[in-house]
Amino acid sequence: MCNNYYDKAVETAPRGKLKDIQSERLVRTVKSCYENIPFYRRMFDEIGLKTNDIKSIDDITKIPFTVKQDLRDNYPFGLFAVAKDELVRIHSSSGTTGKQTVVGYTQGDIDRWSQGVARAIVGAGGTKDDSIQISYGYGLFTGGLGLHYGAEKIGATAIPVSSGNTKRQVQILQDFEPDIICCTPSYALTIAEMVKEMGIDPSSLKLRAGILGAEPWTDEMRREIEEKLKIKAYDIYGLSEIAGPGVAYECREQDGMHICEDFFYPEIVDPDTLEPLPDGEYGELVFTCIGKEALPLLRYRTRDISYITHEKCACGRTLVRMQKPRGRSDDMLIIRGVNVFPSQIEHVILSLGMEPNYQIIVDRVNNSDVLTVCVEMSEAFFSDEVKKIENKEREISASMQSMLGVSAKVRLVEPRSLPRFEGKAVRVTDNRKF
Amino acid sequence: MAVKQISVFVENRAGRLADITGILADNKIDIRALSIADTTDYGILRLIVDNPDNAVSKLKKAGLTVSATEVLGVEVDDVPGGFARVVSVLSDKGISVEYAYAFITPELGSAYVILRVENNLTAEEVLSDAGIKLIEQNDIFKK
Repeated sequence: MCNNYYDKAVETAPRGKLKDIQSERLVRTVKSCYENIPFYRRMFDEIGLKTNDIKSIDDITKIPFTVKQDLRDNYPFGLFAVAKDELVRIHSSSGTTGKQTVVGYTQGDIDRWSQGVARAIVGAGGTKDDSIQISYGYGLFTGGLGLHYGAEKIGATAIPVSSGNTKRQVQILQDFEPDIICCTPSYALTIAEMVKEMGIDPSSLKLRAGILGAEPWTDEMRREIEEKLKIKAYDIYGLSEIAGPGVAYECREQDGMHICEDFFYPEIVDPDTLEPLPDGEYGELVFTCIGKEALPLLRYRTRDISYITHEKCACGRTLVRMQKPRGRSDDMLIIRGVNVFPSQIEHVILSLGMEPNYQIIVDRVNNSDVLTVCVEMSEAFFSDEVKKIENKEREISASMQSMLGVSAKVRLVEPRSLPRFEGKAVRVTDNRKF
Repeated sequence: MAVKQISVFVENRAGRLADITGILADNKIDIRALSIADTTDYGILRLIVDNPDNAVSKLKKAGLTVSATEVLGVEVDDVPGGFARVVSVLSDKGISVEYAYAFITPELGSAYVILRVENNLTAEEVLSDAGIKLIEQNDIFKK
């Protein structure tokens, strides 16, 4: 089948033309940041950088970086470049620290974000004749509404199922006959298992593609999903700070994700020196929002480790491609799509009066992430009765659940049995393979 | 009229039980009775020993989590229905048993049951009223 594009002119544009678009938009964005966001004005003034110094995309390296903490420090709306009445939507990050990060969109922002998602759906072979089952969560999380607006943008039929109730998901796959499903890769596998459990032959379903993302996954997992659901599975990348899903997407070559670089300008930098790295070298992915009005972050450090390549893709697109991120430059864990920081776990442990020695183990069991927190047994928690210890364990688990937003298994171990650290503590063992 | 039981937190790892009982052996502490409550990840080793205070301090020194609890010890007739009588006396008064374990002492020729209840004093009263003999630490270590 021939390749389709949603925005052929941009997606297959000569590199020179893309650069012109990027330069023009960067200059405009930088001016808006300086004029409308006190945080950026201070940042520029501090190093004596003038907006006039930014003349083309090549000048981007003169601009300092923005990090997630800056969003927290300016919670909730401090980094918005527009007045609140210009916002048409607000989302927030899946991380559930005391202060989550809030992102806002103008109508234009929603249009451009939806355009990115539309490219992703078309890149995965979607057309206006298709029905698209959206099984990402709807709500503050960008997944559900992000895909929904993209589906409507191309004129397809959106089926806003949201996540959960797996039996109903399968029922809808059978009855509404969607052509494409959008969800996390692990949920795609859960659905595949339910299909099998309900005795349904996957090849009897009309479904032909999945657009899957919001968590790290492997090529092995892709093959498993493709085999079990008899579909093609495409990766989609995004983060709420930049927009949401659709920042980058896979085409039918399934060979890296095309970045919507006319809206989100990517760089790869060395996470230690912050120096830009060339194509093909792994480093931290950094984005500048050159097509956003409400929250135009400059050189935002995603903490995702990846590499990019400007080589033209066999699909005909010239848009730069990023590799599936292979890890993080900070200690953030993504557990079943939810961002979890070890510091949050530590906070729960300390607030319950337990020893500050703990280990975090992450496994993938039956394609779902399992978070186990090992805590040392202390006299305050010990009892001669199993019942009482189990109650304590439940209390810890419940606190973790409410603080982290994901469930964690608590394992009590003997005192002094966990490793002690002299330098930087290594408390996380991630047994998942990405 | 109670017996001091010590409880030790034991992680489910090979050799842990041997390590712990080895500490008691090295310190010439005599175990009269024991029970282990096991879960998937850990167990609780409960012991009746001749010198509980010494046992607690030695085990703590070895870095273990230990607690001491007063439990009831009752003498039962070593005949069918002996134990049934004890528990029915308690249940008649609405007293529930959290856990129990039994042992015999050949030199004293008696059978004993260790009982863990919520309130020792109430249970003692109920048992004494029914003519059931309660024992003390020293009773089971007489030579």
